[in-house]
Amino acid sequence: MSDQTSLQYTAEHEWVLVEGDTATVGITAYAADKLGDVVFVELPKAGSVVSGGTVVGEIESTKSVGELFAPVDGTILEANAAVDADPSLVNSDPFGEGWLIKVNYTALPTLLSFDEYSALIAE
Amino acid sequence: MTDPEPRPDTSRTGPLNQIHVDGGASFTDFAGWQMPVSYGSDLAEHHAVRTTAGIFDISHMAEILVDGPDAGAFLDYALAGKLSAISIAQAKYSLLLNPEGGIIDDLVVYRLTDDTFFVVANAGNRYAAAEALTQRADGFDVRVSDLSDSYSLIAVQGPNSREIAKATAGITDVTVPLDDLKYYWSTDAVFDDDKPLLIGRTGYTGEDGFEFYIQTDAAASLWAALTAAGEAYGLVPAGLASRDTLRLEAGMPLYGHELGIDSFPVQAGLGRVVSLKKEGDFVGRAAVEAGPPHGSHVLVGLTTEGKRAGRAGYSVVTDDGNRVGTVTSGALSPTLGYPVAMAYVDPFVLENGTPIFIDVRGNRIAASVVDLPFYKRDKK
Repeated sequence: MSDQTSLQYTAEHEWVLVEGDTATVGITAYAADKLGDVVFVELPKAGSVVSGGTVVGEIESTKSVGELFAPVDGTILEANAAVDADPSLVNSDPFGEGWLIKVNYTALPTLLSFDEYSALIAE
Repeated sequence: MTDPEPRPDTSRTGPLNQIHVDGGASFTDFAGWQMPVSYGSDLAEHHAVRTTAGIFDISHMAEILVDGPDAGAFLDYALAGKLSAISIAQAKYSLLLNPEGGIIDDLVVYRLTDDTFFVVANAGNRYAAAEALTQRADGFDVRVSDLSDSYSLIAVQGPNSREIAKATAGITDVTVPLDDLKYYWSTDAVFDDDKPLLIGRTGYTGEDGFEFYIQTDAAASLWAALTAAGEAYGLVPAGLASRDTLRLEAGMPLYGHELGIDSFPVQAGLGRVVSLKKEGDFVGRAAVEAGPPHGSHVLVGLTTEGKRAGRAGYSVVTDDGNRVGTVTSGALSPTLGYPVAMAYVDPFVLENGTPIFIDVRGNRIAASVVDLPFYKRDKK
């Protein structure tokens, strides 16, 4: 599990881990809790070009559907096959095994810090 | 006759709220009540009810007492079924119709004595049901009392529920032994020395189960006693999310989804609940006899392949994109592993066997029409 304080966040309840020119993206524990048990994820294919702020996938629980937004512009390097096979990883380890996509980004927008995101969900 | 209760304008918490908070529940607003959605994993709760047992707080349900010499005749007039024909201790599912044949509420009625009936209504329809019954009581020697604030309701559902109920400390004086209690019958009992308890072999999950009606101030201690007895039987607290997927698999309608003021019983497949054979008039009779307009959509079960569920509000379409129906409830069935949905669909399309699809956010997914329920438990 990644150290949550060192991750960056979006207002759409996603986390972003930036390493070199790769951004790893998942949804936060807060978002996973709100969704309930995740039973299906639809993730973009490796090689697809995405632009920041657009919907690139879906995360379905028994009771609702959440959208996955690309937080950055770039090209999908990898979608997490483990989550495709076992969507419950999004609930059991949202910041670790439950990551969703890796993006080779071309532009990195201003994201929220851990403190800023914590304040957002405390509202 | 009772005065209508003042309507709470803020979200209410039930008598078990602190227990749910301590149990780690997440909450949702349901009909003005703060109700537990789940205690961590709605899927685990769902599977527990199918394989062991789950305990539900459904204190928000409305309880309306009807008593007086005319109680049976009154309910025959006020409701769609023939309630005067049920025996003491028997329960019956019924409908409260308006004069136009629309459904004000679906309810369960227990006969407590010759002259006393206990009507259990949906939380969201409490006032509508109490008002309709009160108005219809005019001219009958009967009293209609909304006791919802005095009663709480706890359901224990699942294959182990009978053993749990029998093992629960403090439940005594059970008139009909639970081993002998039939489905949709009830028994009197006592809890904690002096608290009257009504136990119904009823539920909303498609499993064997019991529902416990108890005075509100004793609800927390009954929950604790049931939970303690259930520990050895795999009993888990279960929230509204699993209750919804359980009832959907069991093909049971939910008011506001499959049932509403604009739907006739026959459209929802509930024609059998309306007793047209009973003598005398009842509210909605003429409209039900005339039937809904020709071509009115009818409720069907749909299954689809893959994992993406059709959900409430999604369109049912034909190959050429014509909208021929609407999904009322849908989920990836936890028990079956494929998506199931209930939907109102154009009867001509069904008659012709025209292929239909659910429009899942722009993706057309082929749907098969199947008989309800989707899931039926093995009766041992």
